[in-house]
Amino acid sequence: MRTDTPTINRRSFIIGTAAVSGGLALGLRIPLGGEVAHAQDSAPEVTAWVVIRPDDTVVVRIARSEMGQGTLTGLAQMVAEELECDWAKVTTEYPTPGESVKRKRVWGDFSTGGSRGIRTSHDYVRKGGATARTMLIQAAADAWGVPASECKAANSVITHQPSGRTVTYGKVASAAAKLTPPADVVLKDPQDWKLIGKPLKRLDTINKLTGAQVYGADLKLPGMLNATIKDCPVFGGKVKSFETTKVQGMPGVRHVLQVGDSAVAVVADTWWQAKTALDALPVVWDEGPNAMVSSATIAELLQTGLGADQAFVANQNGDVKTAMAGATKQVDAVYAYPFLNHAPMEPMNATARYTAERCEVWTPTQNGEAAFAATMEASGLPADKCEVYKIHIGGGFGRRGAAHDYVTQAVLIAKQIPGTPVKLLWSREEDMTHGRYHPVTQCRLVGAFDASNNLTGLHMRISGQSILSAVRPEALQQGRDPLVFQGLNPSGEFALGYSVPNLLIDHAMRNTHVPPGFWRGVNINQNAIYLECFIDELAHAAGQDALEFRRKLMSKHPKHLAVLNAVAERAGWGTPAPQGVYRGLAQMMSFNSYVAACAEISVIDGNKVKVHRIVGATDPGYAVNPAQIERQIAGSFVYGLSALFMQECTVKDGRIVQENFHTFDSMRIAQMPKVESIIMPSGGFWGGIGEPTICVAAPAVLNAFFNATGRRIRSFPLKHHGIQLV
Amino acid sequence: MARLTINGKSTDLNVDPNTPLLWALREQAGLTGTKYGCGIAQCGACTVHVDGQAVRSCVLPVSGVEGKQVTTIEGLAAGGVLHKVQQAWLEHDVPQCGYCQAGMIMAVAALLRDKPQPTDADIDTTITNICRCGTFQQVREAIHAAARA
Repeated sequence: MRTDTPTINRRSFIIGTAAVSGGLALGLRIPLGGEVAHAQDSAPEVTAWVVIRPDDTVVVRIARSEMGQGTLTGLAQMVAEELECDWAKVTTEYPTPGESVKRKRVWGDFSTGGSRGIRTSHDYVRKGGATARTMLIQAAADAWGVPASECKAANSVITHQPSGRTVTYGKVASAAAKLTPPADVVLKDPQDWKLIGKPLKRLDTINKLTGAQVYGADLKLPGMLNATIKDCPVFGGKVKSFETTKVQGMPGVRHVLQVGDSAVAVVADTWWQAKTALDALPVVWDEGPNAMVSSATIAELLQTGLGADQAFVANQNGDVKTAMAGATKQVDAVYAYPFLNHAPMEPMNATARYTAERCEVWTPTQNGEAAFAATMEASGLPADKCEVYKIHIGGGFGRRGAAHDYVTQAVLIAKQIPGTPVKLLWSREEDMTHGRYHPVTQCRLVGAFDASNNLTGLHMRISGQSILSAVRPEALQQGRDPLVFQGLNPSGEFALGYSVPNLLIDHAMRNTHVPPGFWRGVNINQNAIYLECFIDELAHAAGQDALEFRRKLMSKHPKHLAVLNAVAERAGWGTPAPQGVYRGLAQMMSFNSYVAACAEISVIDGNKVKVHRIVGATDPGYAVNPAQIERQIAGSFVYGLSALFMQECTVKDGRIVQENFHTFDSMRIAQMPKVESIIMPSGGFWGGIGEPTICVAAPAVLNAFFNATGRRIRSFPLKHHGIQLV
Repeated sequence: MARLTINGKSTDLNVDPNTPLLWALREQAGLTGTKYGCGIAQCGACTVHVDGQAVRSCVLPVSGVEGKQVTTIEGLAAGGVLHKVQQAWLEHDVPQCGYCQAGMIMAVAALLRDKPQPTDADIDTTITNICRCGTFQQVREAIHAAARA
């Protein structure tokens, strides 16, 4: 146990307090000397997760990144629940990755993706709170000379029950911090939770309303220069030459730099000056062989996988071939899903300051440790000479998790201007054309029926990109990418909710030069459309109601069925919809949560779709903050339906065509359906929140569209079919 | 050099007159609450008020606002008291990542001044800002709440 004052870095301390106290002059208070400073007030760290100041303020350390999804508030609730502290006194701060390295990863994983923020850290963060509570009580008992067993803590106050004496946490925190922590602590029974499960307000709202919240793009450091960058428009291409002389005399321009072998940056006094000069800079690219690739050639490549003999198998039972051969009726369909950009509102950015002795990076990141690794690699400096300060994120959706290309670039720029902090901010155009795109896939589905219209066989062949083969090849399993099969596995956190006597789900990997990434929901997006629209096709072919058809296949999957039944019941499935309104269903298991949706739409003139209402249900096991879960459900529907109706990144001459929101549109408030959330935690497991529900909105709407029009759309976005969201 | 009134203060900005107001505010005036999202007036993250009208400052050269009154998100709360839109946003816990919300709030504040009791249809035609987090349900609720305040 540490007995000295906490070594939390001043930088992260300031971010933490700025988030609640409002308007601290962030830029002016960042030490540039490079040394790790102690917290200003030397407030005692009771455990790695809990710092308590003399005024009873509780600072909860949050290792995961807040990007709008509410994990910061949820994780604080988890710690505070066990700490028995006054919620009104809770604030938060981010520990830095450099501190984590020094302290042997005491805060565990920093990665904030895969809807894992709470579900993979709930145990140790609660123990961090419980351990602190135990030590605080012990410190009070020691001071009073009474047994700790006679003392109880509630609301940041410790009471010696026999005598009625009380003391607040702030008074005993210093003494508690010097105690040896208990070897083990017992966590509360969920039925005793007072904070977990409550729809508490977020802890990070006020500064977002006044302009005081500092995002990475807003960071200012003394003496800082501003940069913007242009990477080769063709992925894999290189810089051949550029004419510095054409722009070096432009206002504010300080440096024109090559960055790595594929990018050019202008560094200027202001970002607008850098952007103006970069736009005027003549650059000749060596585009390489990828310049021959287009959306059409990629589609052709994927088509070769649909009937290929070789494929990785994920889920198999019975004998699909025999079932197909003996079928009375077969249904066969091919679907396709496009590349998508994350397009978070805040473009990629990182600020770096490099000297031969130290490299520091300030960046909005979903994974501080990955940003730290990128900093080490690009700077060439060891861990003890690097530090990363996480800045509040203006939207992540997966773009800022696995790939830290923008950090690498910022460090490579700063390295060429030692001692000068440089903020690299991408233009929206750079952001759109240098993403880590939602992978492109196609899927052929074949279903077999017997003479009694029972589904006897299902073959689902996915063809297309593997994210892991590009991002984390060491995670492949003998060449197979397990993530491809999200929602389609025989068991686990992405389990298929149907039992079919003869089943085969397999993947013919077909990779392209367009770099794939984890886009909110990842592969569950297209898998839910493929599966849930095709199940509707099968129900239609069998002449059966879409809900009843599913129910027959779901008897061994009660949790999947429960959420489906819940949305069906709430939406009034089986009862007449209002005039002109049509319904569609979908369900999936996703990131260990069970999710379902029922959409209600009407279609005007055959092509204008009004989504009136979507009832969405989730069983995430435990619901830490229902208010934030509701917001994640509705928000995920916006993200998913924006893609379904409006978005595709197409490839021409090896590059992404869409450069901004005018060609890569996103839903507006006028298009927003009423979202009704059913949160039905059944307990005993921990499911994700931020991503799971995204996948059911699209197939529910598509199934409703078929019910309204008789048209089954199998490629996306819908705008390519002349269909608009109104 | 450009002289404009920002949040009630007459301000001289040492800036090329072709610079978009957004960047003059962020980089010369030091007001970073107004956000860059697209640079082509599509997303609305850069919305400010010029002489009371909501405008997208990323495509408006600073020369076009000389002598005019510019209000940014930092100037919306008068005398330290939150504007009723900010207050409603706080009560309805509207923002998620929050990056678009300054622009959203400025657009809504202008709407409510023009139409103190907006209908849903008024909201649909006037509030066209992009929010990738998808806060629209809370935005609509909070607009109606602010209208009642």
